[in-house]
Amino acid sequence: MMKRPAAILLGSAFVALAAFAFAATRVVAADKIDPAADAKAFQNFFFQKFPNVKREDFVNGPYSMNEDMKRQWQEKEEFPPYEFALDAGKEMFATPFKNGRTYADCFPNGGIGIRQNYPYFDEKEGKVVTLELALNRCREANGEAPYSYVKDEMASLTAYMAFTSRGKPMDIRIPDDPRALEAFENGKRYFYARRGQMNFSCASCHVQSPGERIRAEILAPALGILNALPIYRSEWSGMGTTSRRFITCNSQTRAVPLEPQADEYRDVEYFLSYVANGLPISGPGARP
Amino acid sequence: MKWSLPLAMLLLLSLAPAARAATEADFKAAYAAAEAASREATGLRNQWTTTVASLAAAKKAADGGDFDGAIAAAKEAQALAKASIFQANSEKEAWKAMEIR
Repeated sequence: MMKRPAAILLGSAFVALAAFAFAATRVVAADKIDPAADAKAFQNFFFQKFPNVKREDFVNGPYSMNEDMKRQWQEKEEFPPYEFALDAGKEMFATPFKNGRTYADCFPNGGIGIRQNYPYFDEKEGKVVTLELALNRCREANGEAPYSYVKDEMASLTAYMAFTSRGKPMDIRIPDDPRALEAFENGKRYFYARRGQMNFSCASCHVQSPGERIRAEILAPALGILNALPIYRSEWSGMGTTSRRFITCNSQTRAVPLEPQADEYRDVEYFLSYVANGLPISGPGARP
Repeated sequence: MKWSLPLAMLLLLSLAPAARAATEADFKAAYAAAEAASREATGLRNQWTTTVASLAAAKKAADGGDFDGAIAAAKEAQALAKASIFQANSEKEAWKAMEIR
């Protein structure tokens, strides 16, 4: 039979070992890249911060945050300002290239109803491929010059493709590939890192302050922010793509924007789209 | 006492260079330092628009012969570039404080 002091000593050792094992697990968990856990935490943060906003309504940006604005926007949606881009995009999408092929030949399902799957991680290239990038690659593969990534034709084409996916839940996959996890993590870091002379990160506005005003604008929540793209912005007096949105945000913080479709922008689009999985595509959108 | 005036003049002359207007060479040195810091910020993918604007202002002032103004703008650009470098380096870890967990 074990003597009492020895039993106490052995018991203490077990408790200490268990505590160490628990702490070690937590450290490993903290360092591990876990997109599913990140997405869950991201969505819960917004659902708890705005308990009165319907989950699917976050994709409507500032209109989900302010009832007056929402009413004005709903009236505007009867004659939406992006309609001309939508019509132009539909026509461009159907018009064959000089070689007779079309955009439909470059995409799964003929390019219809697939917006919710972009961006995706291309395991051959080892990088994130956005819809805008895929469209320009399609053009170049068919002997056509690439479009500007920020507006006009690219915005029209992506507007039409988004429209064919309206209501479909965002469905971004992260393959079991360390490079894909790294791209996700890089996107997350870009989203949270401060930059520019204003010392703002994307999160400063769209996590810490959604629903609040910055000058005359009401800030959109980060959750679902890309589901509405491309958008017509009154501030731009025209349409803008996801690339234009990132570039404008950078400039507003007094950071020199990166080149459109830079790895950082592709990765942050991957991160923001993944954490919005399950929320419906609402693009093309309109914003003040 | 008859040496006091020449001595005073010599003293004044010896101090004169400290009060002279800036030269093109002074500007070039200040601009080169600012440009080096700016290049480092660009390498860190963290350039600020205000650094670029101050560098352009320095060049414009120098082109117009205003080397005092040009040096002031170059020093401003260098200070901004150094701040952006600090930001880029500190954010390598600091971003985690903002992360939703």
